[in-house]
Amino acid sequence: MNTSFARQRYLMDFTLHSMLRRKGRNLVLFTVCCLVIFILASVMFFGQAIRQEAKTVLADAPEATVQNLVMGRHALINAKWVPVLQNVRGVRHAEGRLWGYYYDTVNGANYTVMVPPSDDTEHRLQPGEVIIGPGIVANRNLIRDKYLFLRANYGEIFRLKVKDRLSSDSALVSADLLLMSEPDFRKFFQLPDDVFTDIGLTIRNAREIPTIIGKIGVRVPGSRVVTRADILRTYQSIFSWREGLLLALLGASIVAFVIFAFDKAAGLSGEERREIGILKAIGWETSDVLAMKFWEGALVSAGAFLLGLVLAYGHVFFFQAGLLEQVLKGWAVIYPDFHLKPHIEVLQVVTLAFFTVVPYTAATIIPIWRAAVTDPDAVMR
Amino acid sequence: MIFHPPILALVLASLISALTVLWAAWFALRVLRHWQPSSGHALQINMEKRTYLVSTALAFVLLLELASLLLFVSNADQMSVMFVGAMCAVGTLNVNAYGIPALLLKLAVFFVALVWLVINQIDNKAPDYPFTKLKYAILLLLAPLVVVAAGTQLTYFLNLETDTITSCCSLAFIPEGGGVAAELSSMPPKPALILLFGGLAAMVLLGLLAMRFRVAQALYGLASAVFFVISITAIVSVISSYIYEQPHHHCPFDVIKPQFDYIGYWMYLPLFTATGIGMAAGILGLRRTPDSMADSFARLMKKRIAISLGLYLLFGLVALVAILKSNLILIG
Amino acid sequence: MIELDNVSKVYNEGRANEVFALRDITLQIRADQTTVLKGPSGSGKTTLLTLIGCLSRPTVGRIHLEGKMVSGLPEKFMTEIRREKFGFVFQRFNLVRGLTVLENVMLPAYPLGLKYSTLRDNAERLLGDVEIADKAGMKVENLSGGEAQRVAIARALINNPDYVIADEPTANLDTRLVGEFLKIVEKLRTEGKSVIITSHDPRIWQADVVDRVIGMEDGRVIEDGIAAT
Repeated sequence: MNTSFARQRYLMDFTLHSMLRRKGRNLVLFTVCCLVIFILASVMFFGQAIRQEAKTVLADAPEATVQNLVMGRHALINAKWVPVLQNVRGVRHAEGRLWGYYYDTVNGANYTVMVPPSDDTEHRLQPGEVIIGPGIVANRNLIRDKYLFLRANYGEIFRLKVKDRLSSDSALVSADLLLMSEPDFRKFFQLPDDVFTDIGLTIRNAREIPTIIGKIGVRVPGSRVVTRADILRTYQSIFSWREGLLLALLGASIVAFVIFAFDKAAGLSGEERREIGILKAIGWETSDVLAMKFWEGALVSAGAFLLGLVLAYGHVFFFQAGLLEQVLKGWAVIYPDFHLKPHIEVLQVVTLAFFTVVPYTAATIIPIWRAAVTDPDAVMR
Repeated sequence: MIFHPPILALVLASLISALTVLWAAWFALRVLRHWQPSSGHALQINMEKRTYLVSTALAFVLLLELASLLLFVSNADQMSVMFVGAMCAVGTLNVNAYGIPALLLKLAVFFVALVWLVINQIDNKAPDYPFTKLKYAILLLLAPLVVVAAGTQLTYFLNLETDTITSCCSLAFIPEGGGVAAELSSMPPKPALILLFGGLAAMVLLGLLAMRFRVAQALYGLASAVFFVISITAIVSVISSYIYEQPHHHCPFDVIKPQFDYIGYWMYLPLFTATGIGMAAGILGLRRTPDSMADSFARLMKKRIAISLGLYLLFGLVALVAILKSNLILIG
Repeated sequence: MIELDNVSKVYNEGRANEVFALRDITLQIRADQTTVLKGPSGSGKTTLLTLIGCLSRPTVGRIHLEGKMVSGLPEKFMTEIRREKFGFVFQRFNLVRGLTVLENVMLPAYPLGLKYSTLRDNAERLLGDVEIADKAGMKVENLSGGEAQRVAIARALINNPDYVIADEPTANLDTRLVGEFLKIVEKLRTEGKSVIITSHDPRIWQADVVDRVIGMEDGRVIEDGIAAT
């Protein structure tokens, strides 16, 4: 056992020396490897961070939302259903929600207008006041206590005082959010007092959701229930799909990288060939040379992997993934400007290794083998 | 669904594995026809050189399949949020009929590759390659297996629909439900533990016998396979409950999660490796001792059986620790 | 003793550029002797050397080393035997550039995984024996021809082989250094080692230290005699 470890140590030592003697080639290989990993890792970290963000943000959403359907489309729901839903066993609290979209002709942006829930003391509003999201602040150049002018569809212009602005932390969903008081909302959208956009339900036990949905289907005809889990799933799928698409496109770069690796590993210089011949002649076996070459590959790919990972981490979490934003966040006039919380998962890192280290190793096996089986008598011919 | 990154990675990996093994199998055919160890002709020398490539490639496939197995399960676990009714990996695997078979086939590939590598290592220790024909025959078995495994995995992924309702482990692994999973979980704790630790003691005894007597070696190989089944049953029916500290939670996959200190890895890795080595020893035990290895064969086999036993004991220790550390009391 | 029995070696077998380097050689190399193989280039002497030294396998025929057959062995076993029994000094010395003199000498022993201090001590002792210990830390690119040869000889001896094989050892040296080389051969002989040399150089065939001269042409042995003293 001792000799086996000692042997590996000698081989590794020789490998390091050998690599240092061929700095140029190894540096190129290392750099290309690192670059590919950097790009892929950035995409993965970004996607994961956004998915995580969605999860955190949605944590406060109601477990289920009941919507009214008319001819298959979402319509306003009557307030009379609120007490009915409150009485369904398992529903802790039912509350009507008011929200909708407003198209701002001034800058062509869509705002989500919403009345804060009754238990949201932080964002309580008086008529004439609004709280706006960071995207609107930037877009309309507003600061606290300035006024926002909105034109309702029926013509009247609303002069609303900006009471506060939503923090950037939740910017993923709040970028274009506009909070308004209930009276203002109803007046703005010309809604009577007995309707809501939908009804949010707080449910005690997640396992009871399917049963509750069944009951609602009976008691509130023509309704549809959307659960928080549904929304989460959709978010996860969308971001995951985009990420996967991008990675598939980057597949071309992976292929190019693999060919490059094969070429570099196969392209042994005359000097290198001679050296291996000498080693074989003086008593190194094929397995010794194989071990040596694989150490070489491992050092390059492991080193490049780690460095690429670290750089990608910095890129995504300190520099907001500037290079990737456009593709991954989706098209919109308003871009959220928020800091992604650093979040890495082992699954991600392993997947990344599968996309990079595995093809690289596979590509170098044959060239390495070819070098290692050099005939020992080659140096004498 | 196929664009989910870990899925792309898994498909890529299984493609690489399949191509590698197919090439190796084609080479195996040539070896089985033309192999002549002492010949000095160019054909033989080239084939001998090529065997280095095959063993390197297969070692690579083995490691890849192992990593793939872990990624497959981890991914299934992570993806469970996307499926209605799924709460862990089991749910994701049950979305269509190909999930569990894909997992089992991957496991089978791992085992056959490990067996091959163990036999290969021993074959290389003798100057006349005594086990070469056996080795390459096994390779011809591995090739279709890898292809079927890759195909099943791909079919599974292509048929992952998010609007299917699936069941999670709490439904699959309850004794009341039907099916294999239910059978496994329905074994009561006491008999399961007796079988496990009793089986372990039997393995130790058999292993020690096998280290000295040829006759016991083939038996050890068979016993390894049987003990593997017993161990998995014990994990599902009893040990998992101890780890989760919940008498009705029998999922075999959740044990690899971080919140349980990744204890699953400490159980599964030694168990799988020990079984693979044990089976290889069993196969070799069936063969006559080659003349070229008259002195060394016994020693080599002894070492490998010792390693297999050591790993089984490690597995047993981890299981024991899990039971003792747990706040759950299932017996007495 | 090394015995060759009806040995032939063919390169590029079965192809258009097939070459019969050796034809039907039957030969015995005695231990404790200094043997020289002479002949023009293309005569097969280098090929014979590679077969004797377990550097390659004969296409046909058998080779026995001290009673054990070595010709049909797989590469791994052949390499083990070669490492243990043979030391090689190549025509162009073939030292690994970029490494020091000491590292070059230790190189053949790396796969054995010996303790570093033992290995280093052995290497330093050998360098002392060939009188080049003072250059131990020097990079081999900076050595002169004669110095490089001495390092090559030290390297050949690191595993304490029974047979030392030298291919055209004096081809790149001047007269003074030929004498030095022959002195080293004498020394090896007194230590009980066999030395097998290929050479064009008459000064080598005719040296006192040589016991036997084998002449080759066209892959065959044409002359085999005790050296004239």
